[in-house]
Amino acid sequence: MADDTLSPDPGSWRRKDLLDTDTLSREEIALVLKTAEAMAEVRSRPMPKVATLRGVTVVTLFYEQSTRTRASFEVAGKAMGADVVNLTASGSSVEKGESLVDTVRTLEAIGADIIVMRHSKSGAPALAARTTKARVVNGGDGQHAHPTQALLDVFTMQQHLGDLAGKRVVIVGDILHSRVARSNLWVLMALGADVTLAGPATLLPQTLAGASEAGRCRTTTDFDSAIEGADVVMALRIQKERQATGLIPSLRDYIRGYQLNETRLARAKPGALVMHPGPKNEGIEVAPSVAAGAASVIDEQVANGVAVRMAVLYLMAGRAA
Amino acid sequence: MSRKQLLGPDDIGRSIRRIAHEIVENNRGTDGLLLVGLLTRGVPLAERLGTAIKEFEGVDVPVGRLDIGLYRDDIARRINPTPIRPSAMPRDIDGATVVLVDDVLFTGRSARAAMEALLDFGRPRRVRLAVLIDRGHRELPISPDFVGKNIPTGRGETVRVRLQEPDGEDGVYIDSEETVDG
Repeated sequence: MADDTLSPDPGSWRRKDLLDTDTLSREEIALVLKTAEAMAEVRSRPMPKVATLRGVTVVTLFYEQSTRTRASFEVAGKAMGADVVNLTASGSSVEKGESLVDTVRTLEAIGADIIVMRHSKSGAPALAARTTKARVVNGGDGQHAHPTQALLDVFTMQQHLGDLAGKRVVIVGDILHSRVARSNLWVLMALGADVTLAGPATLLPQTLAGASEAGRCRTTTDFDSAIEGADVVMALRIQKERQATGLIPSLRDYIRGYQLNETRLARAKPGALVMHPGPKNEGIEVAPSVAAGAASVIDEQVANGVAVRMAVLYLMAGRAA
Repeated sequence: MSRKQLLGPDDIGRSIRRIAHEIVENNRGTDGLLLVGLLTRGVPLAERLGTAIKEFEGVDVPVGRLDIGLYRDDIARRINPTPIRPSAMPRDIDGATVVLVDDVLFTGRSARAAMEALLDFGRPRRVRLAVLIDRGHRELPISPDFVGKNIPTGRGETVRVRLQEPDGEDGVYIDSEETVDG
């Protein structure tokens, strides 16, 4: 009887912090995803809450606005019995000019065990992690990384597609500025997927350190060809501000070349998944009929975000080694 | 370290068949019975009890699985939390007579965690505890209802149950640290 739940110990989490996905091994990714499966089961119970993290304090420290990430970390923490404190830059001493390091040290002194941090500057969570004994989870920093988003994206893909090795994933949009694209790329490559990053030349990075050399990632301006036979198409939000900076000629041109619409989706593999990390501009990067269509797993991504973040909080709740 | 075999495959088979009879006798039949194995090795034991009951009574008794990792009392004290897996209940547990099945009963902490985990799924009428090995040294007021074999052990000894499904063989072993002064 093949029963993988009886298989040997899947290993354990040994990092103090979760800052990016680029150094995560296949085994670490698998551990998070396996744990998230168990968390999804907890969420499906009549009593979808456990007391596992009783006595653990989770602080969400958000210097940048967020709906889903902050809310789902809060729900995840509370579903595990943790105390969750939410801080935003406005309304905290950050407005008075308190430095990041001071803020983080204050939170540690108050008793924060895990700090979930979002910041507009790339590297801010890494700086925080170096200055505190509390564990730090990156909730999105600048254009750098958004590890839990990438983990929930691959969790959602695996639920539908199983093993991702050899699966074709197309990510379309503002790749250059996207921490979601970057973090997804590392996880998908670790799991053996083939990744294509598509967008206008001005929104594609010139180099993807290490990624294209590995042969499993390419960039293209030709979305129509890239989507051919894709298993997953992930559209990223186009920040309308980018137009002012001249990086996209006009929204109309962007829509013409890169909107994920029904005609384009028809070129993907039958049963291909439509994904979006949110918040989405329907009618720009994704057509409303596609976002709400049968292929869309966008709402599942949000629901899975809670299970994956429960898994991350659980794995990081032990004493830092 | 020295290892001694305490039970072989035939002994384990006989214990399971006897416990299966006792469970049915105690429940006066199979009505409302639900066997719930504690991951990892309680699961194949619960499945074997189910198979044995099917042989004697001709009835399929539902078998569930429970992961108690989220209910341990030492998570924040450990460096690495134990990996957890999804639990599964084949039926609504409200009103059922649930037999929790585990391989070894030692301090009683796992059994306590299992009761807490189970009660998150509903309100069973009765909860019983079946174990293949009771090795003593309880730290909580818990006692089993069905026991395969009582084995007196030293605290420093380790009892290892190996089962075909996860381990490729059936056997119960006791490992002792050898000391210089005997």
